[in-house]
Formats: sequence, structure tokens, C-alpha cells
Amino acid sequence: MSNLHDLLAYEVVGGINGGLFSAEEYVNSILKRIEDVESKLHSFITLDSEGALSAAKKIDRKIKEKEDTGELAGITVGIKDNISTKNIRTTCASKILEDYVPSYDATVIKHLKKNGAIILGKLNLDEFGMGSTTEYSRYQPTHNPWNLDYVPGGSSGGSGAAVAARECTVSLGSDTGGSIRCPASFCSVVGLKPTYGRVSRYGLISYANSLEQIGPICRSVRDLVMMVNIISGKDEMDNTSIPSSPITLNNKLGKLNVAIIKELITGSDHEVSRTIYSASEKFKEIGCTCDEISIKNLHYALPSYYTLASAEASSNLARYDNIRYGFDLPVEEYKWDTYFSKVRENFGEEVKRRILIGSYVLSSGYYSKYYLKARRLRSLLRLELLTLFKKYDLLIGPTMPIPPFKFGEKIDDPIKMYLVDINTVIANLAGIPAISLPVGFSNGLPIGLQIMAAPFEEQKLIDASYDLENSINIQRKTNAI
Amino acid sequence: MIGLEIHAQITALNSKLFCSCRGNYRELGPNTNICEICCGLPGSLPVINQKAIEYSAMTSLALGCKVPDKIMFYRKNYFYPDLPKNFQITQYNVYGYSSIGVDGIYELDDAKQIRISRIQLEEDPGRIAYSEGSMNVRNSVLLDYNRAGVALIEIVTEPDFTSPKEVRQFLNKLSLTLEYIGVCDTLLEGSVRCDVNVSMEGGNKVEIKNINSFREVEKAINYEITRQSSLYSRNLKIELETRHWDDRKKITFKSRSKEEEHDYRYFPEPDIPIIVLGNDFVSNLKKRMPELPNQRFECFVSKYKLSEHTSNILINDKKLADFFEATLKVHFSPTEIANFLITDFKSLIEDDSESTDYLKNLKVKPEHIAELVKLIEGNKISRITAKDILVKIFESGMLPSEVMNNTNSYKIADEKTLMDAVQSVFDKEKSAVEDAKTNSEAINFLLGKVMKFTNGRADPKIAMRIINNKLHNPDK
Repeated sequence: MSNLHDLLAYEVVGGINGGLFSAEEYVNSILKRIEDVESKLHSFITLDSEGALSAAKKIDRKIKEKEDTGELAGITVGIKDNISTKNIRTTCASKILEDYVPSYDATVIKHLKKNGAIILGKLNLDEFGMGSTTEYSRYQPTHNPWNLDYVPGGSSGGSGAAVAARECTVSLGSDTGGSIRCPASFCSVVGLKPTYGRVSRYGLISYANSLEQIGPICRSVRDLVMMVNIISGKDEMDNTSIPSSPITLNNKLGKLNVAIIKELITGSDHEVSRTIYSASEKFKEIGCTCDEISIKNLHYALPSYYTLASAEASSNLARYDNIRYGFDLPVEEYKWDTYFSKVRENFGEEVKRRILIGSYVLSSGYYSKYYLKARRLRSLLRLELLTLFKKYDLLIGPTMPIPPFKFGEKIDDPIKMYLVDINTVIANLAGIPAISLPVGFSNGLPIGLQIMAAPFEEQKLIDASYDLENSINIQRKTNAI
Repeated sequence: MIGLEIHAQITALNSKLFCSCRGNYRELGPNTNICEICCGLPGSLPVINQKAIEYSAMTSLALGCKVPDKIMFYRKNYFYPDLPKNFQITQYNVYGYSSIGVDGIYELDDAKQIRISRIQLEEDPGRIAYSEGSMNVRNSVLLDYNRAGVALIEIVTEPDFTSPKEVRQFLNKLSLTLEYIGVCDTLLEGSVRCDVNVSMEGGNKVEIKNINSFREVEKAINYEITRQSSLYSRNLKIELETRHWDDRKKITFKSRSKEEEHDYRYFPEPDIPIIVLGNDFVSNLKKRMPELPNQRFECFVSKYKLSEHTSNILINDKKLADFFEATLKVHFSPTEIANFLITDFKSLIEDDSESTDYLKNLKVKPEHIAELVKLIEGNKISRITAKDILVKIFESGMLPSEVMNNTNSYKIADEKTLMDAVQSVFDKEKSAVEDAKTNSEAINFLLGKVMKFTNGRADPKIAMRIINNKLHNPDK
């Protein structure tokens, strides 16, 4: 048998339940893998080896006593460090939450634990999810497992890299404007941003509430389906959550109407568009129609996204005043307001920038000029997409307009950095589901295909992805580490 | 011109507005009634309390407001240590959406109309406790989040008041209405707060904040009117400003911070989707609406045939009115019971009627009063003894008939006993007896003596007949 840490989630669950290996053996193999590669990758902010081992032993005991172990028994899950985990420090990759240990589990964590999944630790991100490379992490950036000189994407860069590098079975990320799909694309793994409302946000530390969703990052579509079904569902603790039906793994893809979004192709790097075109040929081979279409309101997407996300962020992040939790900063010599200012100096540059932009667009006199206009543009875009979905089952294009880039390449120019999100923000603004599926490489660097569907049509995304995954049969294992 | 902004806690709720912590935070140790939601811990989300929406909608209807079919919540952003999220979830009337109540008209007793501009549902902040007497008072305060997230109803009026007296009338009536709906116990400490806008001719609008009970409001307004008139008479400018009420010194003072310059950066709360109340919400709510003071007054006057004066006394004391109606269920004799309650009964409890639930712990129950009134009506006891019996019931909780028998205080109607009593009086009051033969005033004097002789228990009609007989037919 190959190394245990190479196994996919469904293989792990089968292996443990079938007595091929114990959960403890599996976790030890994962911990060994982390020990070997983590110093090159920096995927984790906090690793909970002890907690993981004791959870594994519990599963082994249950198996011995023939008790129910749950559908995810023994798989190790890395959690993006902006999802609240009881008794495990949760930093959002920010210095401002350096010492924050939550008193409660996010709803998704409760679901995972209940189903036998093992919480392995907390994964790196751009501070509060604001960035596309993990370079804005206040700890250290994560490296791309396919080439260590390159960024892993972001903001869930730790979640993408750790799964690609087999430091964990699967991971959870969060996606506000592409934060699951970007690292999935850059690290050659599968990442899903579910329909807004499918997965409870309770315990996801808010960056931009109206846009974001928690979603899984996995090495196979089958693993992804297992994960989505476990974390989905209406949650009484999240007023924006909505009930949904489970997704199944079907072998036969029906004849779907697919459309390539022209603007996303023409705006992309040559190698990227070539790879996406060849993936679209696969759709035709299996009997789907494949048109090329335009989205009229696409150029509004990015400005609308950054206006709304910053506005919500400016308010969400106001609570970090270091009174009830946070980091070590003695109060002597400060008055309330000077202490407050001092505390908030501890945000990173990008976070400060978005708080400033957000406060500006909400301030009286500018509200209707920026915030309200951005909301209207968002509605326009959503309406246009919903109309397109009356005709097409799926909209496709590259997840990222360019392949992974080197560290430092875009960090000096925020606008350049924002532009790489152009393809992904669409799904967040419209609240629709979108998946990134690995479909090729350019000079050894991964390229992902983005597929979008109408709200709650995840089944179609999965059907198409499962079929493509089988027919493209992409290289899964990186040799860089 | 005077306008009000009233905050009333929904004290009727078991839980807070957005979490399941207790709604009644009083008398709990500091920071023991908190959770991740009301403390605004990262990642927690508000879960709206449906009952709070109903209570605030009922309040809106009672104050003549329109309740829209859709409502939404907004964030009001400002930094303050007692505000765990550094924004308050509240409502805001703009861009086509409104708060739970708008455009109301509330009538005072003299038919003067006060316009209610809006009623909104929002969360209370925590509480800052200043550690008095501490060495470093200035850089140390204590924070208690037990109150954070408690549901508040904010009621905003137009500046329609022209005198402090009108404000008092309004607040009295409002308190009563809140009590009738059962939404807010205004007697609980901190359950109501009031901000007041006062502007006089030729001056700017002055806002007074921090008035922590309805009783202080009138004083604050009086103070402010005096202050502003004195400025005006000396040709000094009345500044546009925010002042605070100091309820110990009974003065208003200028705030240090420039609160009027706040930009709250309101925007729709993304964690609470628009709430569609639906077409039937208001009509269903109206069916379940408790009786309001005005309706009860109508009922007392028309159904029970009570006088307006008696009805008013009763409806202004909801618990007494409830007691009254409970007594009617046992024995339907509205006038007799009402009179008994607002005179003898009320005089016995008047002392501690300020306490919130003063009727609850009484040993006297509606059944007692019903029986007592029956005894009066059945001519078993006199009104005078009834009051004595009531005192005994207050102390012991015994049934009136028991007290009557134990103390032998039933009315004496027995001819023989009364004749003996009259004879005794006649023996002592010889000159009065002579007088009485010609003077009716003296007859009343004799009757008084007989009553006194029997400790008030003699049936006065029978006693009178015996006296008359004895005066005019001395031999019989």
C-alpha cells in the first residue's frame, strides 16, 4: 500500500472502517508528512497534534466496540484559521487575534466532529481573508506545493496547499470573492464555493457577510461531495442559511447546455485560455452543447465587489478593540480612545486599506454614490446571470486569469492584485455556486477550470466535474516536495 | 417645542433580542448572562427573536402606527466600550424600507394629538460601571455585558409637545399602554430611558440625553426651559448642543464629546435578511392584542355601568382593574365591588402600591372580596364592620364568613337582642329620650348610641323601628 497520507478521503474512511489501518496510524502518518514538508510550505498557523491523536484513538475505540463512527470517520481536516474552533486558537492570520481562543465551535466544525472527522489544525490565509496569495498573512506566507517560489493563491492558501501537499485529507476554506477557488486552481485541487445559504456561516469570522460561504477543498470530486453533504443544511444559528437537498455522485452526465464566458477567456493569459478551450472540447465530446456568450455587466463586478466587501468589512472588524479578547497589550498609560487607536494599528496594511475604503463608502454623502450604487450593480449582474441560467445549465471559464505567480510580484500594487479576482467575484456577487477543477498545467503550474451554475444547482456542477475529472485524469501528486 | 425619544426594554421577553441569554439581567452577577452572540465574539451571528417582533408590532399598533409588511435591520456604527460589536443592530427608515412602526398618532386625554414618527426595534448596549471612590477613577471603569443585546423599543415623537405637563400626560399614558400590552414593566430600574429635544423660539434645538426614568423627564424639561429663557432674555445665543441630565444635582450639563457630529454609517444588516411579516401578520396580531386602557374604560362605563370617575381610577391601576374583573367573575355586582375596591380596599394597600406586583402577594383574593360584598348585600354585616373584617383578612387570609363568626361581627337583626340594647340606651340617656319625642335629630342621636353599644353591628333599620316604637308606645 502507498503512504497512508496519500489516500483520498473515501479511501481513508473505508480503510479505517474495514480494519486495514487504525485511525491513530493514519493520523500519525499525516503528522509525519506535516513534519516532513511543513517547514517548506507553512500551511499551518496552529497544529493540534494532541487533539487529533486523541480524536483518532476515540474512533479506534468506537470501531472496536462496534459503535457508529460517522461518515467521515478518521479523515483529517485542516480548517482555515477564520473558522471558530472551540479551544483551538483562531487568529484569522491577524496579530490582532494572536491570543484569541474561541469558546465555541462553528456549525460546520460541529457537523464534522459529529461525523467522525478529525480537526487537525488551523490553516494559513491572508489576514481576515483579504488577499489572493497569503502574502498578507501576519505570520508567514504559504508556498505553492507545485513550485515553492510561487504563491499558493488565497486567501485560503493554507487550505489549498495543505490538501495538495497531502498534509491533511481535506480542508475547509471560505470564499468571499474567490478565496476557495483561487488556491484550488493554483494548487491543482478541487474547491467549491457553495450557493449562498447552503452552508451555515455561524462561526465563520465575518469579512463580508453578504458574499461569503464556507466550502471544502479536496483532491477528488468524490471527497468533495462527501464534505459538502456533511456541512450543508439550514442552521437555526444563521438566519441566511437555507435547506438544500444532498448531492449524489452520478456516473452519467446528461446533455447539458454549457456556455463559455467570452470576456473571461479574452482577459486571460494565453496558456490559460488554451487549456480552458481544450477542457471545453471535452464537454462537446460527451454531448453537451457549448456556446460562447458575453456578460454585459461583467465590468461592474470588480468595483461592485470591492465596494461592498470593504463596506461590510469596515463594520465587521470594528469589534476588534482588544477589550474582551485579542492580543497582549497592557492598558496602562492609555485612555480609552488612545488605547483603541493603538490596538487598531495592529491590523496589517491591506486590512487597514479596506477598513478605510469601507468607512468612506458608507459615510454620509457617499453612501448613495458608492455603496448603494454598488448594490444596484450587484443586482443587475445577478439578474443577468439568472437570465443566462434559464438558457444554460453551466457557465464556464478559467478560475484565474493567470497561472500562479511568484512572491512579491503583485504585492506592491493593490489594483493589480484585485484584478486577479475578476473571474471569481461574479459567483459571490450573484450568490451562485462555483467550483474550480484542475484541468491542466502551464510550465508545471496548475490551471483550474471554473464552472458556475444557478443557485442550489450544485448537482450539475458535481456531475460535470466528476465526468471531466475522469476524462482528463490530471496528475494529482506534486513532485516539488 | 418638545420632542421625545423613548427607549423601553421589552421586559416581557425570556431571552435577549438576538440570543438565548436571559432577558431579565437584573440581580445577576456581572458578566454571567452572556454568550458568544451578545458579546459579539468573532464569527457569531444574530438570531432574531420572533416574540420581540410581535411585541414591538403590538406597541406600534397601540400607538396608532402603521406596521409595514416587510421590515429590515440596519447597523449603526460607532465605537464605545459598552458596545461589544462596536455597532448596534437597529432599524432605520430610508430607501423604501421602514422600521416596525411608522406614522402614528397618539391622543392625550384632552384630545391633543402627538405624532409618532417611528418605532424601532434594537439591541441595548452593555453597562459601564464607574468604580466610585477608586484611586484611579479616571482610567478604570468596569464593563458588564449582562444587559448587552436586551431588546429595546425606541419610540420617536415629532416635536408636538408645548409644555412639560403634556409630556407628563403622554408618558403616563404611554406607561399604562406598555403595561396593558404587557411589553414593558416601566417600574423596573433602567427599563425606560428618555432623550428630550427642547427648542424655544429664537433658539437652536437642544437635546437632553440620559434621563433614566419618566419621573425625571418633566424636571429636566423645566430646568431646560428656565435655562434657555434666561439665555434668551439676556440676548445670549442658545447653542445647538447635546446636554446630559444629572439626576442628583437636577441640572442639565453640556456633553464633552461632539455627539451631534457623529456619522453612524448606517447600512443594511447583512446577517438578518429582510423579514416579510406578510399580509395576515397585522390582522392576526390585532386579534390577539390585549385590551388597551381606552377600550377598558369604554367597557367599564358601558358594560359595568360604572361612573367615569370610578372607571378612571380602576383602569389607571391595571392590577386593581384586573382584580376587579376577577372578583366580578365570582360575584357580579360591579358598582358595589368597584366602590369597595377603590375606597376601603385601596386605602389599605396604598402604602406600597409603588412596588411592581403589589397585588400578587396579598392574602386577600378576589374570592374574599366577592364573599364580603355578598355579606353586605345579604344584610349580614354592615359596611362599617365590612371594613374591619377586611383588615382581618389582610392579616390572616381567612374567609370573610369565618372572620365574621369568629368575631361575632355579623349584623344584629334579632328583635330581642336589639330591644335589650335600646332599653340600655334609654336607661342611660333619659333627657335625650324626652327630647326625641319631639325632635327627630335626637332620634338619630339615640340610634348612634345603639350602634355604638353594639359595636356597629346593629341592623340600623330594625333598631330605628324599635326606637320609634318605644318612644311613641312606651308601654309596649
